[in-house]
Amino acid sequence: MSSTIARPSQSGFSFPQYITCLNGIVWREALRFLHQRERFVSALVRPLVWLFIFAAGFRQVLGISIIPPYETYILYEVYIAPGLMAMIQLFNGMQSSLSMVYDREMGNMRTLLVSPLPRWYLLFCKLLAGTAVSLLQVYAFLLIAWFWDIAPPPIGYLTVLPALILSGLMLGALGMLISSGIKQLENFAGVMNFVIFPMFFASSALYPLWRVQEGSPMLYYVCLFNPFTHAVELIRFALYGQINWTSLAVVSLCTTAFMIGAIYAYDPSRGLIRRAPAGGEI
Amino acid sequence: MTTTDAPAIEPTPPDASSRSGAAERSALSIDGVSHAYGARHALTDINFDVAPASFTALLGLNGAGKSTLFSLVTRLFGIQKGRISIFGHDIRIAPSEALRLLGVVFQPRTLDLDLSVTQNLLYHAALHGIARRDARLRSDEVLTRIGLADRAGSKVRDLSGGQMRRLEIARALLHGPRLLLLDEATVGLDVKARADILSHVRQLVTEQGIGVLWATHLFDEITPSDDLVVLHQGRVLAHGEVAHVIAAAGADNVNTAFMRLTGAAAQIGGLTP
Repeated sequence: MSSTIARPSQSGFSFPQYITCLNGIVWREALRFLHQRERFVSALVRPLVWLFIFAAGFRQVLGISIIPPYETYILYEVYIAPGLMAMIQLFNGMQSSLSMVYDREMGNMRTLLVSPLPRWYLLFCKLLAGTAVSLLQVYAFLLIAWFWDIAPPPIGYLTVLPALILSGLMLGALGMLISSGIKQLENFAGVMNFVIFPMFFASSALYPLWRVQEGSPMLYYVCLFNPFTHAVELIRFALYGQINWTSLAVVSLCTTAFMIGAIYAYDPSRGLIRRAPAGGEI
Repeated sequence: MTTTDAPAIEPTPPDASSRSGAAERSALSIDGVSHAYGARHALTDINFDVAPASFTALLGLNGAGKSTLFSLVTRLFGIQKGRISIFGHDIRIAPSEALRLLGVVFQPRTLDLDLSVTQNLLYHAALHGIARRDARLRSDEVLTRIGLADRAGSKVRDLSGGQMRRLEIARALLHGPRLLLLDEATVGLDVKARADILSHVRQLVTEQGIGVLWATHLFDEITPSDDLVVLHQGRVLAHGEVAHVIAAAGADNVNTAFMRLTGAAAQIGGLTP
């Protein structure tokens, strides 16, 4: 039995090797996504239910005045579309972190973490892979929404892409950070309820902030400091070819902070993997 | 007999310079490693080396600290005290250089059950920066070598337990490591599958010069020509060639030597002679 497998060289990794690693992680995430078709369907059904049922019901109740980036009166469905796009990314970010908890419990995570490439890079690739999957979901949603007259300017489909990438990274990094603190898969449902719903409802996804301020000044400030609000506004403006600089700054800062937190938490000398193995195995 | 009156063969404490030189020559060098989970000490002052092209059995009861040691070597846990190096690369200072020379088979299954056999291998190759074309060639080669070439397109969840273990070993070899760690790789397998896997790993030592650290609690997986490390309650009780450890313990086989060393005759139910 002979071997022709090349032994690794002793030097560092080249740029193409980093790209190969990124491609591999994105490819695996895409394969898993394709194998879980119900995940794709449910990711689309959720915002579509909000769009077709919730928005239709509230259209007459919630009037939308002319606010940037809109230049005229708009239907309520048009207003909540960016919020629903961000919602897809929020759920996807949490779903990705759920899969990290699952991978950790099932042992798959070890395959990733014993790779010789830098751990921060592996986690970043994992984050990018999750974001890429969320982009597929968002554009599928936009396609369906187009048939219901939610049609931003054609250029908006392109200009919204960087905003979606950034917001996807932020929400994915948040999910990754949260996943590092989850000991068991069962605990994740509670975290979903304590993170997803408060983030979504206490934001500008469903109603403009000026309306929130009229109803509850305190809730207004909660919404204002909610990073998800800024993800929504970043997407909303970008969909109309504009940049909301405040939201861009907040989302960028939060992405960086969450990512650093996640890398810190997954560092072998701290956080997540420092705990004793489960089941008494030592 | 209790642990305290057991005829423990304490490894001779090496001086710093000799340890440093040994680390450079060793496939794996564990030097003064201790680890605790809070107040609970899992490993205390562990010292031993694994030579290139050698088969070293790490023998210990469940809970002896084998998995913790593997987690430290693979950098899943951070090193609290001591030094671990792989072919002279300190895993704290040069983790990439160390890990790329290392192949690991963990005790729990770490395959992606929803992906095919080949897809699992390609994913592993990507994590080591191996380009797709090269990865495919290597995959074909390792699958042929372990007799799974005809299952290349099968979902992993359709494989038997023994086939999954063989696939994990193939995956661990895909990037051409020079040191292979296997943590109780035969647990839960039938007698034939165990024998096949053990035979394959021993071939890797003799034919490819790979250093192997084989964690086990099964005496019959150890042969007289192996090196042996006896780990008990987080401490190395004996280290050396099997024959030397047996003789030093005043026993006539590994089973008896282990019992004498650990004073664990009453607890030995978990071990299979």
